[in-house]
Parts: sequence; C-alpha cells; structure tokens
Amino acid sequence: MERRNFIKGAIMVVAGAAVPMAALEILDPKDVLAANPDLKWAFLVDTTKCVGCGMCVKACKTENDIPWTANVSRTWVERYVVTKEGKVWADCPKQARDGYTSPLLDENAAGKISVDPNDIAKGFFVPKLCNQCDNPPCAQVCPVGATYKTPDGPILVDRTWCIGCGYCIQSCPYGARFFHPVLHVADKCTWCYHRLHHGMKTACVGACPFGARQIGNLRDPNDPVTLAVLDDRIGILKPEYGTNPQAFYIGLSKEVD
Amino acid sequence: MLVHGEIWTTKEYFVYPNEYVTWAIQIVMYPYMTGLVAGAFVLSSLYHVFGVKQLKDIARFALVFSFALLPVAMMPLMLHLQQPFRGIEVMMTPHFTSAIAAFGIVFSTYAAIVATEIWFVYRKYFVETALALKNKPNKGMIDGIRQLIFSALTLGAWDISNEAMEKDHKAIGIMAGIGIPVACFLHGYAGFIFGSVKANALWMTPLMPVIFIMSAVVSGIALCLLVYTIVMEGRKRLARLKKPGSYGYQDLKHIRGVEDHEVKLTAKFLKIFMILAFTLELLDLVFRGYTAMKSWDALRAVIYQRDAFKVFVLQYAIGNVLPFIMLLWPRLTVKRAAIASVFVLFGVFMMRWNVVIGGQAFSSTFHGFMEYHFPWVPVNAETFKEGWPGVLLVAVTPFVLFYILNKFVPVFLMEKEKDA
Repeated sequence: MERRNFIKGAIMVVAGAAVPMAALEILDPKDVLAANPDLKWAFLVDTTKCVGCGMCVKACKTENDIPWTANVSRTWVERYVVTKEGKVWADCPKQARDGYTSPLLDENAAGKISVDPNDIAKGFFVPKLCNQCDNPPCAQVCPVGATYKTPDGPILVDRTWCIGCGYCIQSCPYGARFFHPVLHVADKCTWCYHRLHHGMKTACVGACPFGARQIGNLRDPNDPVTLAVLDDRIGILKPEYGTNPQAFYIGLSKEVD
Repeated sequence: MLVHGEIWTTKEYFVYPNEYVTWAIQIVMYPYMTGLVAGAFVLSSLYHVFGVKQLKDIARFALVFSFALLPVAMMPLMLHLQQPFRGIEVMMTPHFTSAIAAFGIVFSTYAAIVATEIWFVYRKYFVETALALKNKPNKGMIDGIRQLIFSALTLGAWDISNEAMEKDHKAIGIMAGIGIPVACFLHGYAGFIFGSVKANALWMTPLMPVIFIMSAVVSGIALCLLVYTIVMEGRKRLARLKKPGSYGYQDLKHIRGVEDHEVKLTAKFLKIFMILAFTLELLDLVFRGYTAMKSWDALRAVIYQRDAFKVFVLQYAIGNVLPFIMLLWPRLTVKRAAIASVFVLFGVFMMRWNVVIGGQAFSSTFHGFMEYHFPWVPVNAETFKEGWPGVLLVAVTPFVLFYILNKFVPVFLMEKEKDA
C-alpha cells in the first residue's frame, strides 16, 4: 500500500469513527454526584434571637485556631442602634468576642459614642459569617485557584497554595476574608467544614445559647433550616452584588449592610 | 498580634472587623510601573508604526527604556505577596477566571515582542561589533568576553546586506504594530484588575482600563521626555569638555538641536494624551456624582472631604492643570518641558495612589472609613517590603537595568555613526 493511500485511509477511519464516538460521554462519578448532590449546606440566622453575648465568636476562634488577640475573626456580631431621627450607628468592638457589655458605641478613631436611650428607636444585633455564596467572587478572582467552592456549598482555602495576594479579600463585599496573622495566607469561615463532615454542627451554632444560628441541609425537605428558607420571610445580605449568598437572615433590617 | 495591614490602618466609625488597607504602596507602584512600560512603548511605536520620523532618536531610547522597566513591573507584585515564594504559581498554575492569572501570558508575550523588536533594531550593530572584535589584534580577556556576548546576541544571523536590512526593517514595523495592542492590553488589564472588583465602589467601572491606559501613556511619555533630557544634558556637558577631532567628540549645536526638536514634538503628544486622560477621569467623577448610587455618600466623603487635598490639589492641580499650562504656554523650552514632565509623573503617581489607597479609604459597610499611614520607619519585614526600602528598590531598578542594557544596546550609537 502506498503511503499516501494509507494516510488517506487512516484519516477516513478516524474521522468516521469520531462521529459516533462523540455520542459516548465518559462519566466521572464525581461529576455525577456533584450534579445531584445529596448535601447543600445553608445557614440560618435569626437576628431577633441574638443578644450579642459573643459566645459564637469565642467558640469560633477557639475551634479554628484564630489567635485570640488578633483583630480578625471568621465570625462576628454587629450592633445597630437607630435613633428616632433615623441616624444609624453601628459597631463591632473586638469582633464582639467579649460580648456587648457597654452601652457606649465603639466608633474606632472617632471614639466612644453615647446615645441617649430616650432617642433610640430600635437597636439589634446581627451575627455575621461567610455567606458561602453560590456565585463567589473570591473563588472567581483567585489567580492560582487556591480558593474553591466545594460541591456541597462552603468555599475553602488551600493554605499550601495561597500566594497571599489579597485579591479575594478585596473582592468580598461582606468583609468575610482576612489574612491569617500566623500563616500569612487568606483565611475565612468554612462553616466548620471539618465538623460538618463528621456529623457535627458548626462551633458557633453549638455555642449559641439562644438558637440564633442554625445550619442545615437544603436537600433535606424536613430540615428545619430548609423549612424556614422555604416558608419564612427571609432576607440575604447585599443581594445587589449578585453573589447569591447561602446564609439566610430572619428579621433583617434595611439599616444592615 | 498584628494582622497584615493593621500597622498602617486607622479605622474610623463602623468598619467590618476584618477590613484593613491590605493593598498598600506596592500596589500603587504596580500600575505606575506597568504604566511607564506601556507608555514608553507607545512612544517608540509612534515612530516605528505611524512613521513620525522626527521622533527617531527618542523612539529608540523609549524602546530600550521600556525593556528596562519591564522586569520592574512585577517587582511590586512580588514584594506585596504574603507568600512571595509561591508567586511563580501565577504563571505555573493560572486560574483563568481571575484577572491576575492573565498576567503571565500578557507579560511574557509583551516581553517577547519588545525583545524581538530590540533585536531587529540592533542586529546590525551586534554583527558589526562582533566582527570588529573578531578582527581586532591583541585582544584582552574583556574583548574576548564581549566578542562572545555579541556573537551570541546575533543568534547566528550574520547577514547584513541591504536586502536583509530591508527585511529587518519590515519586521520592526510588524513587531511594533503588534506591540501597541499588547502594551495597551498589558496595562488595560491592570486597570481591569481594579475595575472588575464589584465589591469596591470606587474601582468598579468599565472606564477603569481605559483611564489606566491613557494615564499610562501620559506617564510613559513624560518619563521618557525627562530621562531623555537628562541624558542629553549629560552629553552636552561631555561635548563641552572634549576638543574637536578628539575621540567621541560631538558638535554641541547638533546635540542641542536634536534635543530641542525631539522634546518639543514629544511634548505635543504628551498634551494630546493628557487631554484624553483628564477628560476620562473627569467623566468618571461626574458620572458617579450624577448617578449617585448607594455608595456615593461614602465616595463623596472620601473624594470631596477626606482625600480632597490629594485628589484636587496634588493630582488634578499640580499633576494635571499646572503642567498642561506649562506645556501649552508659548515658547516652550527644553527645561520647562522637563519640569512639566516631573509634575505629570507626580500627578499620575497621585492618581494611582488615589485609586488604590482611596479605594480602600471607605469601608464596605459605607458607614466607616480607613486611613492609610505610610510606614516611614521600617520596623519589620512588612514595613520593609511595603515601605521606603521596597519603594526605592522598585524605583531605582529600572535605571540600573537601563544602564546595563545600554552597554549592549546603546541608544545613541546609530546617530553617532551617522555623524561620523
């Protein structure tokens, strides 16, 4: 057989076979599972139950090895005070690690602010943590793919791969990310992923004495969190950024940012 | 225990607990340096692509200077990383949904283009030098090494016939032509890094890449004009010292004439790009005020109150309006153009500062503010890298590189030959 004919024939065979072969898809079991996951974590915060005791922050710092004195935290609690004139005050001293024991608002360099109790229209606490967005800007912008979304929801950071550029910190509209003061890589709340996969709740959920924090599986129709998300009037933080947060809030007020 | 950024950040009013000015002086330096690279290249392309013949002298200068600036563009990035030794992973394992991941590709493409163009421009010189050294009697060791280097630089292409030169010339045009969009991309993408951060109200605008490119060209031209003037002044001084007929003598009048001519023409292009840059920045500001989105209250407080001096006095008045008037005023002299260039360079630096630091001057809560205090005294590795020593390192390196490069690709050589 001439070489030219052989090549011609070979091309015909390959091209002919390619068409029916294209119909066959090689399935990766992981992809199949990811397409139909039996787990989809969601967080529910009932702000009406929060008293600002800071137990969640304490538990989180201890569980996740975030230095106690470092001025960063994976979770924190904000205090809002709205006056009758509509002026909004908010603070979060020491990430609310020690709880709110003083009526004075800590406005950082602007000093401690005292608001006359008679002028206060409403005041409330808002626990915050990573929203584990379904459209996470932090995972999108990571230049090396060190931060990624797990199939069941939470976004994690590979500490051995993070280059510490801080792009994810800049891209998070919720201020959930920070540089770990000891490891010098990006750090964030994982909803205690390591605990979830051992059948436990997150440290903060376990520590909250008032049940203001709950975590659940959205794929389980009988999960209390699923029921609340489906049935109750819930809000999410900063919907305008299109991040699709998976932390849901009961009793969210328009003053909260 | 201090978190990265805490040492130079002061918070005021309600700020999220994890927020700090994490992108500091080196991230101001980064777009500034890449801007100079891109701008210098655009200036050199004015001659090579658009055939602005009068710019021949400064074009070659700008091309080599752009190459000297290139490695410096990534130095600030390395210096700001918390894990600098993993920095190479941006090129090795890029994650392509990230704007930063494009860095490796754009940067190396651009480097290859500039290197190729320089090679074509200087090929004849490499060959001639190598041949001259080869035929030189009583060679010392240094001559031997130089011969080896120049022979290697020819890459084995020894043909310098007229036809070959003609081809080289075409290749230069093509490389410069491809180079312009790539240079704009190199810097436009630096603007995209900021412009695409939706969490930051000041950064997020599609105008950001365009604004960055325009101010890049402005700063690049201004720096070339300034350094060119300084170098030419040095040559004038040398010319005064040497007697006619002695080695390396050049006519003082001739140098002065060339300098005057090149500087005035370059200043013309500088003015054009200054108008474009200023208009775009103003459009951005007006648009933000007019649309007055939710973030505007915080932005207004930063731009019109907290950073007003930096924005309106340092950036706009001293960095834009003043040099523009100086360049526009009749009977422009070389000295005035050079001084105006200093103001322009300062203005573009302030623009980078006001974007990078100003973008972190307000909290994502829109209720609080953060102030950045430049660490004047380095007290630890962080303030060393992202303080004076780091900044000086980044600012001085291009000139050192330019000096070394000039030994192999002398920017003024061809002219000397022509005169001789």
